[in-house]
Amino acid sequence: MVMKTLTGNFAVAEAVRLARAKVIAAYPITPQTTIVERLSEMIEKGELEAKMVRVESEHSALAATLGAAAAGSRAFTATASHGLLYMHEVLWWTASSRLPVVMAVAARAIGAPWNIHVDHNDIMDQRDTGWIIGIAQENQEVLDMTIQAFRISEDPYIYLPVMIALDGFILTHTVAPVEVPDQKEIDEWLPPRRQAYIVSPETNVVMGNLTSDDDYYMMRYSIQVAQEVAKKIIEEVDLSYGKSFGRSYGGLVECYKCDDADYVMLLMGSWAGDAKEALNVLREKGINVGLARIRFIRPWPSEVLKEKLKNKKGIIVFDRSISFGNVGQLFMETASTLYGMTNMRGVIAGLGGVDVKPEDFVGEVTAFVDDIERGEVYDTIKWLLPPKYRNHKLEVTL
Amino acid sequence: MVSEAVIEEPKTYWKAPISHPDFGSVGKTGLWRTERPVIDEEKCTKCLLCWLYCPEDTILRREDDMVFVDYDYCKGCGICAAVCPVNAITMVPELKEGE
Repeated sequence: MVMKTLTGNFAVAEAVRLARAKVIAAYPITPQTTIVERLSEMIEKGELEAKMVRVESEHSALAATLGAAAAGSRAFTATASHGLLYMHEVLWWTASSRLPVVMAVAARAIGAPWNIHVDHNDIMDQRDTGWIIGIAQENQEVLDMTIQAFRISEDPYIYLPVMIALDGFILTHTVAPVEVPDQKEIDEWLPPRRQAYIVSPETNVVMGNLTSDDDYYMMRYSIQVAQEVAKKIIEEVDLSYGKSFGRSYGGLVECYKCDDADYVMLLMGSWAGDAKEALNVLREKGINVGLARIRFIRPWPSEVLKEKLKNKKGIIVFDRSISFGNVGQLFMETASTLYGMTNMRGVIAGLGGVDVKPEDFVGEVTAFVDDIERGEVYDTIKWLLPPKYRNHKLEVTL
Repeated sequence: MVSEAVIEEPKTYWKAPISHPDFGSVGKTGLWRTERPVIDEEKCTKCLLCWLYCPEDTILRREDDMVFVDYDYCKGCGICAAVCPVNAITMVPELKEGE
């Protein structure tokens, strides 16, 4: 083990090097660019024995990664925002082909207008594709989760691609101390690549052909089975990694001071750090709040959330994305699990990288708790407006 | 590039969009045909253009280079008749009018 100061992007690159990826195909997009730049540098220096495929678009980047995976190589790509949207079709092809692939996504706002800062709408847009989707809170977790992603993806119980998200700029471009395991340790922990089939002249396999509707239906069912099993495997991998490297994160959900809490903040990504700070302030003020940080959006941790949260007085969900015409996606997911079991509120905040400070979390939680204790939770959805717009009255009725 | 991966059987319910192509693996596709190519051996010059162009590999070639059709799998697309430079191949309807 060696301690390095790394940006989130460099932490991803170190993880991919340690996993000995053999093929990397990518197209540059901010704030992901330095992941593949660093990997490219590692290949040139001889630190990583891999083939870098330069492609003309993100659609091709994932298609090339998919091809390399089909041929039997540990393959990796990275993207963000518009690049991820451009890949959308191939995301479906990769998951439906049941090929292990790992991709890092530097979560970033989608245009128009152009905005390069953190926002979760790009990853939330991919929830239905069949990918396993994880999201980290800080740089150490980025490295650990990326290494684990290879093991999860290549597990014979799963055989699905895995996407690891890290918040644009807040993690991708911020330096933090990161423990980087030795190559030998990772070689012992990460098994050689396994997959269900390999396409080669010797194996007589054809991919992506026409099939009957009945078979199609059953293929969809098999993906769902793998996603359900993945819930258990992800927890096992997290524990096994903890045994070897001393860091476990709680599997699908990190529950921070949840057990004795009356109220729980539910959110994901880097701002969980600010929310934890707020939590401690709130506890000092006598508000007994806990925090559930979603680490995996897919598979969705419904059982864990039910078990941990069903008896709470209230759950406040912070979304850094919105499904226009309805509510924030994280709120939607949580409500689908906890419907009727507890009071809930969804707060839409931090879109396009708007800074959300610990005091903002304190304010929102305090207001929520006040409403519940008065017995009135009228606002299911609230907008935490950017500071300069806070005294604007929002028009919500006709 | 030599593959790095080990093939290991999936351990959960598995159905993936892959197939293992084999001769006639989806049945006798000749049943799809509405017209059949009929070769006039008198006219045939053994140029083998039909044999080259057949997209289904159902124009078969004898040792003397005379060609014949594998009607079990020929779908009757008519490419052989179209490329034949001496019009030795005629497309004949499988069913007569009114049948």
